[in-house]
Amino acid sequence: MPDTLAERASSVADRPRFDCRDAYVTTLAELAKADHRIVGVVNDSVGSSKLDAFKKAFPDRLINVGIAEQDMVGVAAGLAAGGRIPFVSAASCFLTGRALEQIKADVAYSNHNVKLCGMSPGMAYGELGPTHHSIEDIAWLRAIDKITIVVPADPIETAAALRWAAETTGPVFIRVSRMAVPAVNADDYRFVPGRAVTLRDGDDVTIISNGTVLWRALVAAEQLAAEGISARVVSMPTVKPLDVDTVVAAARETRGIVTAEEATTAGGLGGAVAETVVQHQPTRVRILGVPEFAPTGSAGFLLDRYGMSPEGIAESARRLALR
Amino acid sequence: MTALTGATSASEDRPAGGVGGRPPTSIQHTTMPVLGRLSPYATRDELVAHVAEAARQIRIQDLKLVHHAGAGHIGGDFSAIDVLATLYGAVLNVTPETVDDPERDRFFLSKGHVAGALYTTLAAFGFLPVEQLATFLKPLSKLNGHPNRNYVPGVEANTGPLGHGLPIAVGHALSAKLDVSRRRTYVLVGDGELQEGSNWEAMMAASQHELDSLTVIVDRNRLQQGATTRETNDLDPLDQKAAAFGFAVVEVNGHDHGELLDVLSAVPFRPGKPTFVIAHTHKGHPISFMSNNVAWHHKVPNADQLTLALEELSLDQPQEEGSDA
Repeated sequence: MPDTLAERASSVADRPRFDCRDAYVTTLAELAKADHRIVGVVNDSVGSSKLDAFKKAFPDRLINVGIAEQDMVGVAAGLAAGGRIPFVSAASCFLTGRALEQIKADVAYSNHNVKLCGMSPGMAYGELGPTHHSIEDIAWLRAIDKITIVVPADPIETAAALRWAAETTGPVFIRVSRMAVPAVNADDYRFVPGRAVTLRDGDDVTIISNGTVLWRALVAAEQLAAEGISARVVSMPTVKPLDVDTVVAAARETRGIVTAEEATTAGGLGGAVAETVVQHQPTRVRILGVPEFAPTGSAGFLLDRYGMSPEGIAESARRLALR
Repeated sequence: MTALTGATSASEDRPAGGVGGRPPTSIQHTTMPVLGRLSPYATRDELVAHVAEAARQIRIQDLKLVHHAGAGHIGGDFSAIDVLATLYGAVLNVTPETVDDPERDRFFLSKGHVAGALYTTLAAFGFLPVEQLATFLKPLSKLNGHPNRNYVPGVEANTGPLGHGLPIAVGHALSAKLDVSRRRTYVLVGDGELQEGSNWEAMMAASQHELDSLTVIVDRNRLQQGATTRETNDLDPLDQKAAAFGFAVVEVNGHDHGELLDVLSAVPFRPGKPTFVIAHTHKGHPISFMSNNVAWHHKVPNADQLTLALEELSLDQPQEEGSDA
């Protein structure tokens, strides 16, 4: 196990916070500098993807198709057909919703080497409301064969996942959040697709999380530890393919599993974990996520509202641990 | 809109070898000769004759294919075969030997439901064994009702849902431009398919990026699944629409191999502009009882209809078109 979080600061909650888009653009520029095949493809989303510097450095290699998501993903597939490695960078709600059939047919089924980067996913757009929330993206894409789904939790994991995606042939979807999050992974962290990372050991209950919610899960475990409950925290950056062994081990070795994610409660990480334990090692699972079109509020407010404040996650875990 | 493969009509006429059925008990039906390409020194007349004979052989084989499979889209197949035969027989810089060469020309079949026509054309020019055509639509066959590039050499994208090929072609033409490559991009779209908005998104992008290595060919047969385009969602004036979207527009008789050869080899017509070829065609061409008949979108010829159609194709001079839409 990499260095435990407790070694780094008294609480994850007190660490500095980062916008993962910064790690995204820095890493993408590094990758593009090293590999001329890499191009960006956007739908007028240069600013919201923070790609201005990329555009300046590689003016020919940032293709802006305009506000046209179906075309954007089709064009990316065509670029891949010509040997390029396109990183499509667009608000996740429009990328996955508007172009879902292109993702299915042109990218996944055609097995084109396209990297889909869903920017500002989940409820990052907060008060802009459910039209701009992308809580469904994980469930939609999980149903599609041949596409790896990655939900990084911090800048380190965002950069690591991007590097892996660039050197791997095949369709990938990566969520890149704009919500400020603390670093939860070790500096020398290496992303391995389909591999979970146990960030904190524990044998009473397991919390499986990813993305912007993971640090909240770690704080919840800190709180539980203070009252004598030992909570295992599993980071599950790859929703598909899922690390089945780690999930089964958690089901076997602890009294229950809480999943927590910035996504719909139907068909996301929680769904994947539930499908796994029910077939391999039945146990109690509490799925935390967003069960409805959210009311007006910031992303942070809404996560709290849906039981994903550190206190909320701790409460869900406590119920399973003490039952 | 999605073009579904299915033999909803004439199913009672299916031979024993229908989808999911026993192997065909009838005579071996994959008899098409492999035609290949003429030498680079062939004259225009020789090329046109070669393409014409290829198209005739492809139609004969495709008819048998659909009859024996008990499913397929024979109407759309026959409106597109002359374009396909011209491209693979005399225009595209791709052969079975260069099918993986990054610098090959790319052809994207956007109207993926005419997969039968594409497979037969690819077999005619040696990209896959002619005998393999006998597996068309059979369980576990690589020859699905819509093409899969991971299974069939020469197929460049997995199409089927409409409105996907043109954006992919634009992306490929962009890659060629970035590579400063001379490789060309051709895409065949159905006319009904142009009702999908994604095409027009892609056309704007093609124009914006001045992709003059891109040629869009419209199979303008004026029929969609259940009705004429005019009755459904009229596309006219299609030439003016394409021109307004920044394309150089050319109209051809989509069954005239000479016209097709001249136009498809001569692109681009305007530097900096992608080309939009409106190929006027008839679904079911040139079979008298199929041509321009909406009923033949995915009707399957029974034994008598097969015999009749094969007789018509064996004539040196196929019958003239009946009506003109």
